[in-house]
Amino acid sequence: MPNRLVIALKALAHIGCLAPVAWLIWHLIQNSLGPDPTAAVTFFTGRGALRLLVISLAITPVRRLIPPLSWIIRFRRLLGLYAFFYACLHLLTYVWLYAGFSLDAMIDDITKRRFITAGLAAWALMVPLALTSTTWSIRKLGGKNWNRLHRLAYVSAIAGVVHYWWGVKPGVLSPIGITVVLVLLLAARPILSWWSSHKRVPAQLARADKGL
Amino acid sequence: MLKRKSSGVQPTEITPRSVYLNRRAFMTGAAAAAIAGVLAPSEEAYADNRLTTVKSPLSLTGVQPTSLQDITHYNNFYEFGTNKDDPAREAYRLKTRPWTVSIEGKVQKPQKIDIDSLMKLRPLEERIYRFRCVEAWSMVIPWVGYSFSELIKEVQPLPEAKFVQFISLDDPNQMPGLRFSPISWPYSEGLRMDEAMHPLTLLTFGLYGEPLPNQDGAPVRIVVPWKYGFKSAKSIVKIKFVEKQPHTTWNDQGPNEYGFYSNVNPNKDHPRWSQKTERVIGASIFKQRQPTLMFNGYEDQVANLYTGMDLKKYY
Ligand code: HEM
Repeated sequence: MPNRLVIALKALAHIGCLAPVAWLIWHLIQNSLGPDPTAAVTFFTGRGALRLLVISLAITPVRRLIPPLSWIIRFRRLLGLYAFFYACLHLLTYVWLYAGFSLDAMIDDITKRRFITAGLAAWALMVPLALTSTTWSIRKLGGKNWNRLHRLAYVSAIAGVVHYWWGVKPGVLSPIGITVVLVLLLAARPILSWWSSHKRVPAQLARADKGL
Repeated sequence: MLKRKSSGVQPTEITPRSVYLNRRAFMTGAAAAAIAGVLAPSEEAYADNRLTTVKSPLSLTGVQPTSLQDITHYNNFYEFGTNKDDPAREAYRLKTRPWTVSIEGKVQKPQKIDIDSLMKLRPLEERIYRFRCVEAWSMVIPWVGYSFSELIKEVQPLPEAKFVQFISLDDPNQMPGLRFSPISWPYSEGLRMDEAMHPLTLLTFGLYGEPLPNQDGAPVRIVVPWKYGFKSAKSIVKIKFVEKQPHTTWNDQGPNEYGFYSNVNPNKDHPRWSQKTERVIGASIFKQRQPTLMFNGYEDQVANLYTGMDLKKYY
């Protein structure tokens, strides 16, 4: 993949991630977010965060499945950081428009409402990942440790999905789509590992048979 | 009756739909069409639809009702889908004529009443009520109807009738939301007899002076303004007078979240959010929050129905 193209695609990715925020701010100023603007902002930022997080988690399995697409690894950090950015906007919406900056209200919510607790967990798990997203951190931690730490992204996504299910009324199925995608991604890792090891074994055996 | 300060906006000042629609058309850039008179025929069509109503002392005064646009585009009516804008898009499928309401159970005069006769049973009143959803949002809605107690008197319940159950239509051909839903339909709601007899409990046929839009529960619904919105069953096909507390749909779905009584109560939190405040629909984003009132502001009129009851236990 030529560097220039990657740079162009990265610019597009930035625009793709920022344009919805610009759209949101524009409608916020115009007061045209519909009948319930508070809920509109919450849902928009919450869904955005979860989608970006799940897309960033899809990068590795897609690369393993389609080796020519290996270069998409260069978009993972960007997508992960935007997921965190959306999650921060979502959290700000809550702190401002739900809790009204009242610490008491927030503590009340976090301790009494498991759906808020799960959301907070999803956000908190993203913090160390965002902080160690620099190349310097990868070098400092060492690839292995860094990889292990960044598996927390899966835990964060699971907490996000749980937060979503616990947030909707019993009988509402709107989180089903993102849940199915996440389950597929979680299943993909072990399946792909198993598959690639099985593929390699017969080839090695064949080679051994020929005395190579 | 309501001890509220009047800030000068009287019910008569509610924007009529035609003016309102014109204003919207103007705002959406269709001013040219309006000037050319394109909108005139539709205004007449609306005029034909207007219901004759009388004012009611039970109406709120001094409050600006929520816009018709918001009342008809922000709906919880899961029979048409679980998103707030699904009902506005899907409810055109609902056929509201012919329509009969079956009155059954412990009554002296069980009967099937045609919707048009039901509407003519008593003079229709305009009742401007607060509407508080359990999801912590609220509206002010100018309903049209008459006290449900008038119908109760007409059908003469037997002494053993202690509760009233409302059953909504459940026809998957008209209601696409019913097809892939884990909820067991039809929608069922209920009231204790004294709650049903309360003059505020409104048998509702319209809003903003016109027949109910389909997505708001046409052709007939119940409105119980001191309870969370889901108690106010829509598109009713059956009213049953029963001895025992009837099962109710949201209580079946989550008994710890939705009680049988479900009176608006800022001191009793929903497990997933506080009920102390509410988001006013149609308000701008930074002015949406307002405190929720006990019994949705109808405390003076209804608190006596619950004297001696622990409202945190019987939520
Ligand atoms: C401290 C952290 C968080 C808080 C306090 C919080 C709070 C909320 C609140 C109040 C709602 C609205 C629920 C409703 O009214 O139905 C919500 C919805 C949601 N949140 Fe969060 N949240 C947090 C973190 C997150 C994170 C990290 C994610 C994603 C990874 C997320 C994803 C969502 C989603 C998808 C929804 C549902 C949107 C919808 O129904 O369309 N939240 N959250």
